[in-house]
Amino acid sequence: MRLGGMSDTQGLRLEGVHICLGERVLVALDAHVGRGETLTVMGPSGSGKSTLLAYLGGFLDPAFTASGRVIVDGVDLTALEAEKRHAGILFQDPLLFPHLSVADNIAIAIPEDVHGRKQRRALAEEALEDAGLAEFGDRDPDTLSGGQKARVALQRVLASRPRLLLLDEPFSKLDANLREQTRQLVFDRARRAGLPVVLVTHDEDDARAAGGQLHKVDPA
Amino acid sequence: MTRGVRLARLAPPLTLAILLGPLAFGLAGTALPALGYLPELGGVSFTTAHFSALAEVPGILRSAVLSILIGLVTTLVSLGAVAAFVASDLGTSGFARMRRMISPLLSVPHAAAAFGLAFLIAPSGMLMRLVSPWLTGYDRPPDLLIVNDPMALSMMAGLIVKEIPFLFLVTLAALPQTRHVETMRLGRSLGYGRIASFTFLLWPPLYRQVRLAVFAVVAYASSVVDVALILGPHLPPTLPVRLIEWMNDPDLETRFLASAGAVAQLGVTLLALIGWIGLERIGATLVSRARNCGHRMQRDRLVRAGARMVMIASAVIVFGGIAVLALWSISGLWQFPDALPANFSLRSWMQALPRMSGPLATTLAVAGLSTLIALVLTILCLEREYETGRGRGNGALLLIYLPLIVPQISFMFGLQVLSIWLGIDASFPALVLAHLVFVLPYVFLSLSDPWRAHDRRHDLIAAGLGMSRTRTLIAIRMPMLTRAILTAAAVGFSVSVGQYLPTVLIGAGRLTTVTTEAVALAAGGNRRVIGVYAFMQTLLPFLAFAIATGLPGLLFRNRRGLRV
Repeated sequence: MRLGGMSDTQGLRLEGVHICLGERVLVALDAHVGRGETLTVMGPSGSGKSTLLAYLGGFLDPAFTASGRVIVDGVDLTALEAEKRHAGILFQDPLLFPHLSVADNIAIAIPEDVHGRKQRRALAEEALEDAGLAEFGDRDPDTLSGGQKARVALQRVLASRPRLLLLDEPFSKLDANLREQTRQLVFDRARRAGLPVVLVTHDEDDARAAGGQLHKVDPA
Repeated sequence: MTRGVRLARLAPPLTLAILLGPLAFGLAGTALPALGYLPELGGVSFTTAHFSALAEVPGILRSAVLSILIGLVTTLVSLGAVAAFVASDLGTSGFARMRRMISPLLSVPHAAAAFGLAFLIAPSGMLMRLVSPWLTGYDRPPDLLIVNDPMALSMMAGLIVKEIPFLFLVTLAALPQTRHVETMRLGRSLGYGRIASFTFLLWPPLYRQVRLAVFAVVAYASSVVDVALILGPHLPPTLPVRLIEWMNDPDLETRFLASAGAVAQLGVTLLALIGWIGLERIGATLVSRARNCGHRMQRDRLVRAGARMVMIASAVIVFGGIAVLALWSISGLWQFPDALPANFSLRSWMQALPRMSGPLATTLAVAGLSTLIALVLTILCLEREYETGRGRGNGALLLIYLPLIVPQISFMFGLQVLSIWLGIDASFPALVLAHLVFVLPYVFLSLSDPWRAHDRRHDLIAAGLGMSRTRTLIAIRMPMLTRAILTAAAVGFSVSVGQYLPTVLIGAGRLTTVTTEAVALAAGGNRRVIGVYAFMQTLLPFLAFAIATGLPGLLFRNRRGLRV
């Protein structure tokens, strides 16, 4: 198989994506994000950059109108419901489910085709080990430190085997040294998993660490 | 720190006394006669004979079991519909529409909603008229037992349409305390359908917050009297209806039996609650099983459509029922199977109004006064909470919910005995106090959230300007919270208007309200008069809410920051 032919369909393609609020165009974007690459979207708060993530995830508020196509690995996501897109998201907060144990927080993300409680649990434990949290499976997520929570959230989204990864300022609430560490970890794992990444941020450092393409959204 | 509001110190103990005093004395007043002690009627020694007598009453077990089942089924269906609907449509524009449609249902008194349902589904009711004779071939009402059916299906339906708005609004109030938008998105981005995302991820923390309200629904449905009198089965009736029959028995000896029954009702409601906790366990196990398998349940269209239908049906039934009530109240000749009366007449109103003026005045006075007292106590309690930072815990919440969870009939009967003994039965203050036991919790629950959410910095600025706490409360906080205070007042007012049992027992037939008069008409079956009373019963809370919604807009018409 020719490598050039692959790169056409592999990864994330945004074709003529326009998101409008009434008459105002918030986002206009054409891009190709290869596997393991990152597209960084920068702009001040309220500029509509989070709207882009909502659009990609399938959660666009009906107040907005959008046109264009979102294609991942040749699959057109545009018309699919959120639950069928396999678009993994990391929010500003880790948002671990407070009523589930740490391991169950990851187990719940594992796709349906992995059968059996034991096998799912084993995969979750593996993911925890990979994040250096081997002994934490039965813990209450609320007892974890900020950095540990962020790592669990990352393992959770990876366990769901997403097609692409959406990052909604996921490092902004971490303190400086932790931010650097977590950032490296997230990009490293996304590259390892060969995921196209869309990062939304207002932090120049994030953009620099991500490398890749940069798209600036105008202030509102 | 400036000194606190002086009166606020007294408010928490006084509130607790008002909530728990009647409860404790009432339960004692029920338990003593049940055990044979009621000197006025010659009961001076303790005995279990009355419980034995109760056990011998024909069909008593069936009545008790029926009450438990009604409590469980009503709660399960209404909570299920609310949860499924919230799961389906949270965050959509349809959700906001449903909220606007369902919210007013809360103010409709249970009895009026029950009458409305009866007028719709009875063999000679509106629904049958709409399909007769062209579809059914009936030119006279069929001989069917739809209302008062022995399985209590119509009664459960009447309760469900009223509990849905209650549980819906309680759930809506709890939602902001969860990260519901992100949680639902996260669940769906992991591939879970809406129902699955909600059930696995959002419901467990949400349910913890609404649990006491759900308990109140279980307890209410298992011990309700007025709805059972209108829609419930006759042979045998549910336990609470049998109790009220015994309490009204001219043979005073029957009061011992009634007391034993009221104690038994306590057990019945307790069993219903234990049954509910069992259902919670089963539900939790099923949910965690499905969760552990990672079932995505993406095909949930049917469940979602079903939930939407039940929600809409509850609104249509209540509104439709009220419309039919109104129609009957102004109908002249109206024969079956005509869908509309042959002519209209105000005669029912003209005849009823003079007789209604007394009960109407009592209704307004009791509701107004009990609401006012509840409002003052609530505001002072919340002010005290603000000053001391205490009183937000789960313990405090349980105390507030307690009068709503203990069956009314079990302690109101004892209070009646007590009020006769003290010679204050059928007195206005006793009636206000009896209503206050139920008005106060609702006013408190309604006002506490907006009060706590109020931006404290306004108070700090006021303090910086040299205002005392009292002045800040009156000049800053209360005006800013006008809307919330008026809404709480409307809630309290409608709770009081809807009270049946406390009015019947403490009013002792001499102080009557629109509600007791309306329910008393149930047996007679004169639809025009029932229409007048039940419509009036609906109108009062509706007006209260209309004022609560409209007045702030008028007061603050030049204040954009206070608009909603």
